[in-house]
Amino acid sequence: MADYSSLDIRQRSASTETAPAIRHHEEVAKLIDVSKCIGCKACQAACEEWNDLRDDVGVNVGVYDNPHDLTAKSWTLMRFTEYENPETNNLEWLIRKDGCMHCSEPGCLKACPSPGAIVQYSNGIVDFVEDHCIGCGYCVKGCPFNIPRISKADNKAYKCTLCSDRVAVGQAPACAKACPTGAIMFGTKDAMIEQAHDRVEDLKSRGFDHAGLYDPKGVGGTHVMYVLHHNDKPHLYNGLPDDPKISPLVAFWKGGAKMFGLATMGFAAVAGFFHYVTAGPNEVVPEEEEEAIDLKEGREHRGSGDDRPSA
Amino acid sequence: MTIHQDIRDGESRPLREVKPEPQKVLYVPRYTGLQRVNHWITAILFTLLTLSGLAMFTPYLFSLTGLFGGGQATRAIHPWFGVALMVSFALLFVRFWRLNLPNRDDVEWSKRIGDVVTNREDRLPELGKYNAGQKGVFWGQTALISIMFVTGLVIWDQYFYPLTTIETKRWAVLAHSLAAVIAIAIIVVHIYAGIWVRGTGRAMVRGTVTGGWAYRHHRKWFRQIVGERPVKTGSVDKRGH
Repeated sequence: MADYSSLDIRQRSASTETAPAIRHHEEVAKLIDVSKCIGCKACQAACEEWNDLRDDVGVNVGVYDNPHDLTAKSWTLMRFTEYENPETNNLEWLIRKDGCMHCSEPGCLKACPSPGAIVQYSNGIVDFVEDHCIGCGYCVKGCPFNIPRISKADNKAYKCTLCSDRVAVGQAPACAKACPTGAIMFGTKDAMIEQAHDRVEDLKSRGFDHAGLYDPKGVGGTHVMYVLHHNDKPHLYNGLPDDPKISPLVAFWKGGAKMFGLATMGFAAVAGFFHYVTAGPNEVVPEEEEEAIDLKEGREHRGSGDDRPSA
Repeated sequence: MTIHQDIRDGESRPLREVKPEPQKVLYVPRYTGLQRVNHWITAILFTLLTLSGLAMFTPYLFSLTGLFGGGQATRAIHPWFGVALMVSFALLFVRFWRLNLPNRDDVEWSKRIGDVVTNREDRLPELGKYNAGQKGVFWGQTALISIMFVTGLVIWDQYFYPLTTIETKRWAVLAHSLAAVIAIAIIVVHIYAGIWVRGTGRAMVRGTVTGGWAYRHHRKWFRQIVGERPVKTGSVDKRGH
């Protein structure tokens, strides 16, 4: 969905070009206050509306999550968890708006093999440029949050854009605009962190001792952050990773393995060349042709002037 | 025809080229037509897989996608090349696995690898149809192609995405790429050996090698072909009688 004409790019997948650096753009962030979410799904509707997406009608299996998972056409999703808090014996309804976290160090971008198919703007938003996407699914493997989805319709990857097109012209993302309780806030990252601290303080004063801001350092921080009542156990919120980071497998695949691969293949070729210019070709000598004929004729022949052992 | 005077005796006689008598060469069948076709189909597929795979392996080589009609097309066709290669290689495997079973000569040959690379063929044991290096290529490719086939299915998201977890796919894509670079390196050595050891190419192009080639490199096999049992050194006198 990218239209990055008015945004500078900080990182571009599979590219070595340096980013434009003459302008400084304030980093933006979306702050999702889970404690204020009522699960109305207005954000989902706004996302579909703004991005002009209509997901297929699914099947109700008796849970609130609708659709059941993120899809190529559903870029954000309310995930509902019923949690019985053993300390208070209260039933807590933990509703987390799932979607791309817009990592500062995006695993998808690191994994992507196609130049410019994934970009990170200087304001921190990570965007897929479907025009360049080859549909390999490497971004799915790179993502620590299981966000990207490959469309069956066009074999291209899709995910939340953080409404980069709206942000580029000074608008808040559609979901933030639509949220009726103000659980989704949008602004500069600094402002959102400050806002989060106020919220955390408030939650702590109301008995949520472990309330905190989810801005995981393992991916360099994110541009979508959560205020969680139980920040000591993020996994309670429908499997939100406690300590997300780019999988070491992906890091090795995209780092050491690539170097190892190029070195190994290059070495084989170079070694062959230098072997040839030193040892030279291994050639059959005319005597051996004669020996062969003689052997075929049933005679083990050894010429008197031939110093080659024939057996 | 121009008449020239011969300076040796002043006689006039037609000029003719004096050619050395061509050496008599024996040709030994090594591969049948079907075996060659099977080999070259595998080779062509391996080349296509290398080009399309490297395009997705490193951004430096992404431009190779242009050979296949762009990134999407490269991504789509690569696994199908892989399936075809698996079938083609399986046929090669069935044809040749017996001949590639290791034996004592391979141990001896491997110990004398220094003589192998310095062309001191005379210090090596007599060999059957394949030497340990060729067997290494065979079994190496057998293992690596099997690994790449299985891991390739795991990361063939278009058809098999729901069957495995993302963590499994991460292992698979890493194993797939490592196996690929090792397999490519082995093929580079395989191709180089064909350039280095003169007269090898015609085995896979024409189906035959010269008797001298067979005698020099695979004498045990040559003896079998011509129906003779190996002769021990010393059992015949200098004249071979």
